[in-house]
Amino acid sequence: MTSTETHKDARIRRTRVAAAIATLAVVVGALATVPWLVSDYGLSLMVNVMSYLVLTIAWALFSGTTQLVSLATSAFFGIGMYTVAMLIKVLPLYATFGVAIGVGAAVALVVGVLTLRIAGMFFVIFGFGLSEMIRELTVWWEINQTHTMGRYVFVDFDTTMIYEHLLGLAVLVFLTGWLLRRSRLGLALLVIGEDETVARQVGINVPFAKVTIFIVSAMFMTLTGALMAPRFGFINPNFAFNPLVSFQVVIMAFLGGLQQLWGPVLGVIPLIILSEQLQTEFPFWYSVFLGLVFMVIVYFLPRGVTGLLEDVWAALGRPLELPRGFAGPLLDAWAWLSRPISLPRGIAGAIEERWSKFMPRPTQRR
Amino acid sequence: MPAIEVILGGVILGGLYALVAIGFNLQYGMARIVNLAYGEFLMGAAFAAFWMFTLFRINPIVGMLFSVPVSFGANWLIYRALMLPLVRRARTRQQLEGETILATFGLLFVLRGAATLAFSADNRYYDYLGAPLQIFGFTFAANRVLAFAMACVFGGAIWLVLNRTRFGAALRALAIDPIGAELVGIDVRGLSGLAFAAGGGLVAAAGTLVSTFLSFNPAIGIDFTMKALVVVIMGGIGNMGGSLIAGVLLGVAEALCSYYIDSGLTLAVAYALFLIVLVVRPRGLFGTP
Repeated sequence: MTSTETHKDARIRRTRVAAAIATLAVVVGALATVPWLVSDYGLSLMVNVMSYLVLTIAWALFSGTTQLVSLATSAFFGIGMYTVAMLIKVLPLYATFGVAIGVGAAVALVVGVLTLRIAGMFFVIFGFGLSEMIRELTVWWEINQTHTMGRYVFVDFDTTMIYEHLLGLAVLVFLTGWLLRRSRLGLALLVIGEDETVARQVGINVPFAKVTIFIVSAMFMTLTGALMAPRFGFINPNFAFNPLVSFQVVIMAFLGGLQQLWGPVLGVIPLIILSEQLQTEFPFWYSVFLGLVFMVIVYFLPRGVTGLLEDVWAALGRPLELPRGFAGPLLDAWAWLSRPISLPRGIAGAIEERWSKFMPRPTQRR
Repeated sequence: MPAIEVILGGVILGGLYALVAIGFNLQYGMARIVNLAYGEFLMGAAFAAFWMFTLFRINPIVGMLFSVPVSFGANWLIYRALMLPLVRRARTRQQLEGETILATFGLLFVLRGAATLAFSADNRYYDYLGAPLQIFGFTFAANRVLAFAMACVFGGAIWLVLNRTRFGAALRALAIDPIGAELVGIDVRGLSGLAFAAGGGLVAAAGTLVSTFLSFNPAIGIDFTMKALVVVIMGGIGNMGGSLIAGVLLGVAEALCSYYIDSGLTLAVAYALFLIVLVVRPRGLFGTP
């Protein structure tokens, strides 16, 4: 959107936006009918996919722009879930959702103001243990003050309702991300992610921008936890504040890639299916596998699966270049094979050379 | 139990925290790597001590002769093979911290999962020097006192190396300014690798000591990593003396909390301390060198 934009450009842009909205409407409509099309097992899988989709996109709202890895997801997810579990006997269901969002936003505000204001690094570290701390406090409160160790959540809110609500939330978080990318706040966050000093120099209110988006992202996570509460009849703090939630969200987001808004979709679906397959029978292999996937992403796929797809797409779009005909590459291959093997620095040296070629240099990155 | 005994118990626990934190500080403050898989080596050493003791009756202290060099070597390899590529491609220190957090985060899962596969998720415990010991009229478990004494020995050795040798002077220069260190002819990468490996050796020693008086399972690593982080930030990044004092402080605070309030709230205490320090003195109680 520059001032030199012509009428034609504007028209094309409007058409594209309309097409995008229409596609989105069709996709959402199709997804909304899922509960009547699939089995109970399929629906529970879809609920898992949908909840992690919201969590991952909400995570990317904050961490994708500011480049700060937040490990606090399970804290907010747990706050949502456990608030509903605690209040379900005294308040109507939707009121408990409202209270949960309020609590989540308040915690996000306190944590954000205390840790984000000072230095990004401390925030990452703090998020890591925030959920453990809240879990400890909740367990202590329940044992000493209320003398319970877990809560029953029996309400008239079946899996179909949970699914439809999560779908609505997914649309909402998607739109938030879309609008964020077109807003001053989103632009400010991108600058902060690139270089915080520059951001301050150009007059961006860095703490305000960070805390604001942190709260927004936390509210989505809290509401997801709250919506998931009726799905489990019995909830205790150890179940609600499960650190695996934070870890999985980070891995899903990085697997999908953070450049595109729809990137997380490509990370959530394969990992949910994998966890369904592995977690019941080989839960410990799942942990090893998650770790390995993550390391592969960090070292070889810094832009995730979306980045890979974009590269493939770009490569397919280029014309095939064969200046010397089909025989050319064959001749090259023959020449390469008939070269004498030389290892001036031994096998270790050769491996190191390979390795350094594998790893992108700073200039090649991004 | 009089308050003084609670506090002394806390000091003994805190000595161990200080040891864990000093190792972490070698990795974070000097080699500039945030190693989230740090505690997994503590867990690994604890299991090594457990198996050596139950299968072959090897004294855990003697067993350190095996686990400490192995952990030292493993950490050196991790630095050379996994961290160095990240060091090379990072443009700023902030970016390096972010990338190493992600990479070691994956490593944490791999190591913990592998340990669970190999040893099962059960809690392990063995009885080594569990007899009570009378010191100045106060009663402590002998293994805790031994752990504290060993922590003092290791801490003292680190202090001597850092403050009385050329090698230590180079390490301290590294903690203050890596670019300046390179300019005066210090081999920054080689030395960082050694500092990282030394941190790994220390945490193996700490793991062996922990295993003598606490029960453990493959999931304990992360708790110790968290506490080490809290202590390092409280004491000041790269500041070894700060880590020592902050570690003891944390041990005492935890002991007081578990005696007077509830033993389930120790992590909350650690975090409360962390937050207070962060708000009042963001650069740590004793500053960064």
